[in-house]
Amino acid sequence: MSKTHVTTSINASLHEFLCEPGDTLLDVLRNELQLTGTKEGCGTGDCGACSVTLNGRLVCACLVLAVEVEGMEVGTIEGIGQSDSLDVIQEKFLEHAALQCGICTPGLIVSTKALLDENPDPTEAEARYYLAGNLCRCTGYDKIIRAVMDAAATLGGAKEGV
Amino acid sequence: MSEAREFKHIGQRTIRPDGYDKVTGRANFGADLSLPGMIWGKIHRSPHAHAKILSIDTSKAEAHPDVLAVVTASDFPAIQSETIAVGEGSEDLFDLTRNLLAADKVLYHGHAVAALAARSERAAAEALSLIEVQYEVLPPVLDLRAAMADDAPVLHQDMFTEGYDKKPEKPSNVATRLEAKIGDIEAGFAAADVIVEREFYTPTAHQGYIEPHACTVRYDENGQSMIWCSTQGHFDVRARTAKILDMDQTSLKVIASEIGGGFGGKTTVYLEPVALLLSKKSGCPVKMVMQRTEVFIATGPTSAAKLWVKVGAKKDGKITAMQGRLAYEAGAFKGSPMMPGVMTMFAPYDVANVCVEGFDVVVNKPKVAAYRAPGAPQAEFAAEMLVSELADQLAMDPLELRLKNAAREGTQTLYGPKLKSVGLVACLEAVKNSPHYQAPLGTPQSGKVRGRALASGFWFNMGGQSSVVINMNPDGTGTIVEGSPDIGGSRASMQMMAAEAMELPISRLKPIIADTDNVPFSATTGGSRTTYATGMAVVEAAQKVVQQLKERAAALWNLTPEQVEYADGVVHAKQGDDQLSVREICQAAEKTGGQISGQANINARGAGPGFAVHVCDLEVDTDTGKVDVIRYTASQDAGKAIHPGYVEGQLQGGAVQGIGWALNEEYIFDDQGVMENSGFLDYRIPLASDLPMIDTLVVEVPNTFHPYGVRGVGETSIIPPLAAVGYAVSKAIGAPITTLPCSPPRVLKLIQDKA
Repeated sequence: MSKTHVTTSINASLHEFLCEPGDTLLDVLRNELQLTGTKEGCGTGDCGACSVTLNGRLVCACLVLAVEVEGMEVGTIEGIGQSDSLDVIQEKFLEHAALQCGICTPGLIVSTKALLDENPDPTEAEARYYLAGNLCRCTGYDKIIRAVMDAAATLGGAKEGV
Repeated sequence: MSEAREFKHIGQRTIRPDGYDKVTGRANFGADLSLPGMIWGKIHRSPHAHAKILSIDTSKAEAHPDVLAVVTASDFPAIQSETIAVGEGSEDLFDLTRNLLAADKVLYHGHAVAALAARSERAAAEALSLIEVQYEVLPPVLDLRAAMADDAPVLHQDMFTEGYDKKPEKPSNVATRLEAKIGDIEAGFAAADVIVEREFYTPTAHQGYIEPHACTVRYDENGQSMIWCSTQGHFDVRARTAKILDMDQTSLKVIASEIGGGFGGKTTVYLEPVALLLSKKSGCPVKMVMQRTEVFIATGPTSAAKLWVKVGAKKDGKITAMQGRLAYEAGAFKGSPMMPGVMTMFAPYDVANVCVEGFDVVVNKPKVAAYRAPGAPQAEFAAEMLVSELADQLAMDPLELRLKNAAREGTQTLYGPKLKSVGLVACLEAVKNSPHYQAPLGTPQSGKVRGRALASGFWFNMGGQSSVVINMNPDGTGTIVEGSPDIGGSRASMQMMAAEAMELPISRLKPIIADTDNVPFSATTGGSRTTYATGMAVVEAAQKVVQQLKERAAALWNLTPEQVEYADGVVHAKQGDDQLSVREICQAAEKTGGQISGQANINARGAGPGFAVHVCDLEVDTDTGKVDVIRYTASQDAGKAIHPGYVEGQLQGGAVQGIGWALNEEYIFDDQGVMENSGFLDYRIPLASDLPMIDTLVVEVPNTFHPYGVRGVGETSIIPPLAAVGYAVSKAIGAPITTLPCSPPRVLKLIQDKA
């Protein structure tokens, strides 16, 4: 089967790859581009471990065909934080011990960033419902939600200060 | 140790040393390693729950241009029956091999029958359908009642129940029968004023780790084979794989990747020996990653259980007798956690007359694996439900009833020893005084009813073998080399304990999880043993480093080690002003005999038992039967919380797994034994939107065996929720809960039947 050539932006840098029509964005990120920070927990869109953004919209990379991302902007965990400093969300996850095994963490951080981009000042209930698509089996979510609320407060505070 | 001891690092909420990698996506988990020339392995699985294999034809698969190797059970060397330790229990090597690839029979839907490796993941998946297996389908045995019936189809013709004085005349599905007792159970019930009795049922449930099983392996005929995999115990992966493939342990290196959850389910092997066979046959590195469906149908679940329980008490609440009869499903091969169920069932109670009988029963479901305090949640669920019912019958506060009968120092356990200092009473007191327990339950909106209940939990906790080497570097930093896979932040604890013992900043000490070639044997991360046992080895190794630092400084000053002392990273001469920092001593180590390191290879005894008490408020929608937990508090004795954040996390995570088990999680099979809900959409683990915050009350009753007082905390927390939730639902709807989960259809039916 002939492969399709795709040009896309991933974390603001231009990427080209060849894929088969059935390949998912997750397959390509992990196996072709070695961007393994995006995890696979189910392959059916139920767990959120592969959360990425497409043109700013939160999606499961396992439910997106790789050919669909032609000309789009893909955001992954590798694009959050700088090479020498963490994003506030990442810092708050660490400060609050909001991860145990860490497999769901990249997806949760991508989702939290999408949440706070959409709704900078969420209520606890809004945060819980927005993140309901990201399964975590270790923490019981308590510390994750605390980290998210703290990140929102910190970012909000920063905005007020500007 | 002194309870009033001041700590510098222990008890702080440090940033975990592996945190940066985990929040940036850099941490490498089981499926994240690719090797040059690597190919992909996949498993062909049985569509039947019970069938004889008549033939396996792999010729078409082998002829596929992209397929480089196909293996079946006939490719394994001959294996003898042999019991091997696994995590918190044991398993039979012969059964394990048959579970990896079926030989004569398939014993559950999803049982592995053959495996192949191909140039791409897609090609491997497509070629699976080219493997042709002829079956003679047999009637499946799908639950305990069917399995224990006199005329039940027998899964294993060579299984004769063990545990009776006389060997049974015919084979059956009951592998083992066990009875444990103290006192005189009849006399205990004769002395009772009130007796309550009930039978309970808990479903097959899965650990539900988010990371599927995965490995990348490379076979090397010159004794340099390698396995990279997600496991709780890479030394156990090495031991099993080497045994099964008839290799020396030294010819196989196992590297533990970061592990994306295990909860006991990653203490055995499913893929690794098969992958190594495929690598051997193909000559290529092989990667295997399970699909989520495979994780559900072919790995891990814990036992469904049937639990009969009877409790007798005096009018004043003093319990005089506790009796249980427990049957646990083992899945396709013997080895359910029935025995720990028997031993833990009534452990939170100081009662003179106790008798528990247990049965380990095989059924046509996946072989069970350890799951967080294996066996205890089921048995203690039944016991705690009935103790709460007893409290209602006696019109006593359920907490006061538990306090009156609480296990404490000196209590005779069913499993052997008398308890040393334990924290059950302290947990009960903490809950009693908590804002949650003191607050009224509150009034629900119309169409909803509320309930509150509490439950206790007990788990043994384990010690065992751990090895640690602390290598001091020439710049005065240190590397803590350990062999315990870090499943929930244990590196942070090791770093903090080493820093405490060495009186150095944590930033100077880096913990790493070494592979099987680079640290001496360490037992699996399981049994809540890591912070306890590996932590103990860390402290011992650290103390050896400190001793050497003193010796080296003394040698530079022509003094004896007794003439110097160590504090805050500096060695001082007791007399005079001479002092050298750790950095200076390490820099000068070349002159004093070479570099400095401390090693401890221990077998830790004395793991202190862990007790917990949880209280749950919930609300039931009487139109739908849906249950919402609205307030939850978990109290547990940690001995000493090294990193309070991660200790709280264990309490919260265990509580929520237990809530999921109580409210939603269960395997649903059709009448042929095919699992119908093998995905996260239908096997519904708790979501963020399902839950309130989980309040924690960490109690610290030091375990005197550990230098800092640590008890394991990982497992006990999953035990109390089943009955705390289950009985709260009973209270809310005014009808007894006997079967978990309390899913909406089941709860709605109870509400409707009552009306």
